[in-house]
Amino acid sequence: MNRPLREIFFFAGAIGFALLWTAVSVRLPGPADLRDRYSLAILARTFPERNITDTVSAVNFDYRGFDTVGEEFILFASVLGSMVLLRQAEEKNAKPLPDAITPGRDVGPSDAMRLWILAMVGVKIAFGIYIVDHGQLSPGGGFQGGVILASAALIIYLGHNFDTFKRIMTHPLVEIAEAAGAAGFVIVGMIAWFWHQPFLTNTLPMGKSNEMTSGGTIPIISASVGIEVAGGFVLLLFAFLQETLTVEEEH
Amino acid sequence: MTIFLLAILLMVAVAGTAVVFTRDPANQTVGVGFLGMVLAIMFMAFNEADVSLSQIVIGAVGLPLMILLALAKLRRDADVAEKEQNGKKR
Repeated sequence: MNRPLREIFFFAGAIGFALLWTAVSVRLPGPADLRDRYSLAILARTFPERNITDTVSAVNFDYRGFDTVGEEFILFASVLGSMVLLRQAEEKNAKPLPDAITPGRDVGPSDAMRLWILAMVGVKIAFGIYIVDHGQLSPGGGFQGGVILASAALIIYLGHNFDTFKRIMTHPLVEIAEAAGAAGFVIVGMIAWFWHQPFLTNTLPMGKSNEMTSGGTIPIISASVGIEVAGGFVLLLFAFLQETLTVEEEH
Repeated sequence: MTIFLLAILLMVAVAGTAVVFTRDPANQTVGVGFLGMVLAIMFMAFNEADVSLSQIVIGAVGLPLMILLALAKLRRDADVAEKEQNGKKR
């Protein structure tokens, strides 16, 4: 097929698509009047049933918790897959690249940057924990807070040398956290079996609204997701950084 | 309010197009990060605070970082291959 013919095909298709798409999208409701039955039902039930104020967390960790178990294990499996693919060089033989020992090539990080990052690590961890454990009260939750926690580990690389960073990232607790977080979600789901209820039914006491204990299993699941995501992202970042920053030592 | 929504949607369109038309992958990564931030503001404007938070942590931090690391790795491998070739010539 020559070029003019292909262009005719493309533009005919593109015009048809543009017409149909315009015809469909002018009939779509605006963002303010999305009032379908599902969202109305969820909005009406969340507060009376679960005592929590963030409906999105209720949907994610309770009403459609089983979907989130699936997402959680997608993340778990993809972290595992990346680790298997990227960890080819044996760690003992790997040494940092000459220009990776100190970030910024020849010049190490300045004292001001070291101090600033030292201060930021604490703030970032506190903020990450806040986002994780207030998921049932305000926007946030395990996924978002977990990534913030993992990025606290990452900025250590900016302010310190690769060895310090490696010592933190390869701590056994990181792997344990990832596995325990993934397991925690399923185990919390199985608590319902003691009351002869289906998997992931919210059977714990709902607590007082507007307090951190509200929502029964929701804050516990949110915390375990947070631990899993933080551990998974740290492992993933370390696998990528190690692959990029080290070379195999010559014998 | 509608003008603000239209403006933010337009910014998403412009940022997305800019990413497509940037040819250098390293510059493109910065563009992707910017698109992630604009998308986060867009979700916030449509009252989706939870999605907005996820978008900030993944679209503006996680994704550009992964792309940059992969690019750095590719560039380093190319450097090593070039050095080996030069060594053979000598």
